[in-house]
Amino acid sequence: MAEQASPTRRSFLRKGVTAVAGMSAMVAALSPLKDLDPEDVPSLQELLQKHYRDMDEGELDTALERIRDEVKRRYEVDAVVRDVRSTDGVEFVYALNLSRCIGCRECVHACVAENNQSRSPEMQYIRVLEMPRGTIDIEQGNHHYDHPTVPDADHFYMPIQCHQCADPPCTKVCPVQATWTEPDGITVVDYDWCIGCRYCEAACPYWARRFNFTEPGLPSEDVNPNMSYLSNRPRSKGVMEKCTFCLHRSREGLMPACLEVCPTGSRKFGNVLDPDSEVSAILRTKRVFVLKEEVGTLPRFFYYFDERSSRAAGPEDAR
Amino acid sequence: MKQYIRFLYRCGRLSFEGDWRYHLWMLSLTVVALLGLNAYAQQLVDGLVTTGMSDQVSWGLYISNFTFLVGMAAAAVMLVIPVYVYRNEELHDLVIFGELLAVAAIMMCLAFVTVDLGRPDKAHHMLMKFNFPMSMLTWDVIVLNGYLLLNLHICGYLIYCAYQKRKPSRAFYIPFVFMAIVWAISIHTVTAFLYVGLGGRPFWNSAIIAPRFLASAFAAGPAFLIVTLIILDRVTTYDVPRKAIQTLRNIVTVALIINMFLLVCEMFTELYAGSAHAASLKYLFFGLHGHNGLVPWIWSALAMEVAALIILLMPLKRRSAWLVPACLMLVVGIWIEKGMGLIVPGFIPSPLGEIVEYTPTLNETLVSLGIWAFGLGLYTIFVRITIPVLSGRLTIDSVDHYGQFEGGAHAESPANKEIPS
Repeated sequence: MAEQASPTRRSFLRKGVTAVAGMSAMVAALSPLKDLDPEDVPSLQELLQKHYRDMDEGELDTALERIRDEVKRRYEVDAVVRDVRSTDGVEFVYALNLSRCIGCRECVHACVAENNQSRSPEMQYIRVLEMPRGTIDIEQGNHHYDHPTVPDADHFYMPIQCHQCADPPCTKVCPVQATWTEPDGITVVDYDWCIGCRYCEAACPYWARRFNFTEPGLPSEDVNPNMSYLSNRPRSKGVMEKCTFCLHRSREGLMPACLEVCPTGSRKFGNVLDPDSEVSAILRTKRVFVLKEEVGTLPRFFYYFDERSSRAAGPEDAR
Repeated sequence: MKQYIRFLYRCGRLSFEGDWRYHLWMLSLTVVALLGLNAYAQQLVDGLVTTGMSDQVSWGLYISNFTFLVGMAAAAVMLVIPVYVYRNEELHDLVIFGELLAVAAIMMCLAFVTVDLGRPDKAHHMLMKFNFPMSMLTWDVIVLNGYLLLNLHICGYLIYCAYQKRKPSRAFYIPFVFMAIVWAISIHTVTAFLYVGLGGRPFWNSAIIAPRFLASAFAAGPAFLIVTLIILDRVTTYDVPRKAIQTLRNIVTVALIINMFLLVCEMFTELYAGSAHAASLKYLFFGLHGHNGLVPWIWSALAMEVAALIILLMPLKRRSAWLVPACLMLVVGIWIEKGMGLIVPGFIPSPLGEIVEYTPTLNETLVSLGIWAFGLGLYTIFVRITIPVLSGRLTIDSVDHYGQFEGGAHAESPANKEIPS
């Protein structure tokens, strides 16, 4: 009797040990998950939340309320989270005067402060290139210039940010329609809908999109409490974000933060459908150009040089 | 239905049985797969910052592996065509091994795409707002899953028929076989179009990418199958016909020659004209402004491919002593060329001309190795089940002697297949 039972018992024991070992190895493998921030686990409400463009007013209010609560929990800040819509008959356009820009990067930092970007790791929507005279080939630009004072006499400066293209490759490639162009020409991202595949980042010819490789580090004292759903509300890790021409400001008649801070007046912004706007006048009278025209994405961001009394005329004239 | 569940149960039992080599192989794969799972859990906690990717190089090892494996999956069709189009009946059973490889490869592809997502918890958004037909990624989702289903159906049907000792009804699988042939070409073409369609990335925005994808896939996939079949021939009772290896070898040789030719065409076009568009290619092959992280990789890949080609072109030897190393070199060479050599340089220099290099981190390497181990384990189990079924040892009326079964079946361990990393 004992001799017959023993192989069965041994095989049973062996199976049991294997199963236990297998299970504990599995648990050990998954153990890092115990450090998962509860905030990172999407709530049921967040999982059920519809795409921005499919939400009715009530659903949108619920979403805004949830975002307010999250900001309060995370940053202890009482934020105003709104949904700012586009206005009919408005198409925003940016124009940048390369003769005036001195490369001070004030715009870069004002943008970060306004739009609640991550401070650590550092994320910036605007990149200023220091260009040698005689070319507008951006591949020759210096991204990391660091002089005690700007401008450097032998260079000019070219800030680059989202060009809000009229035929944007980034929205076309998104597999889940998490990014689209609004009626006023601004390309936005629904941060709650993005799945983080980064296909749009690969598609953009202007390197205008940024990905949250980790939880954005935003100190409470730096939070800008004036927020909107499609622009500067805090983002989570794993999603894309980008310049929105500060739509929570621009749609209410204010200027984008990068323009307001510019000490030289190089930046011009407005409604191109309004013939009396400054940008309309610039497009009419200046010899404007766009970057990488050959890729055919039809940017709404124009560059130009002053044709008279410009710094570009030479170092003597500049002084 | 009850019969089918019993079949699945018996297959499940069978995958835990084998000799010590099989157990050792499966145990090592399990360990590596769990290490990968551990690394992925870490990535879920910290985000993709655990990888070497950046805003400049926003796709890396994961998407490289994905691209390579789509090719492996597509290559299964290269066994199907001789059998069903040219009626080469000797290879009939081998088709199943090819298609099982396709199934395992597609599973790995899906795993690689999933680990690359920043928000895998929101992947269901894909079902709710499917940007079809605009986004090529949605096309890829359709063709990859379709191909997976097609192959699962074909293999599953043929194996289950053999198990039931029924003659498979042609109407139930021949139409799907021909669909799978076209579909196999489509999965790799669509995957190439993912990159080709990006006007802002001159390195990818070239019509030659899709044909090159197919050529390299039809070299690497069958080469991998040759290695698998030779191992099966050695460690199992299963007899692989000489002719099968020969057919595959011819396919590999021709595909490799075409691949090299297309590479030369591409290099000439870009480099002779000396346009600014060649910056990525220059970075890849020669380095750019002192940055040359990929240079040793691409040249070793080319060296391996050329060496493999020379061996393959040598007067045919009956013995396979040289064939296995040649195939392994070829698979690794194409893995580098199509992975790191195609995806990463597309991002360097960045669209604004900045040069930021990419090196995979330990964590993302572990995740990738884990997925490879998972895929190889899956394939081993498939083969482990298929061989006794096809050779008639596991059938509907065969008796389960789990204890003694090993003696007859041996272990099907495609051991020491390399895991390129």
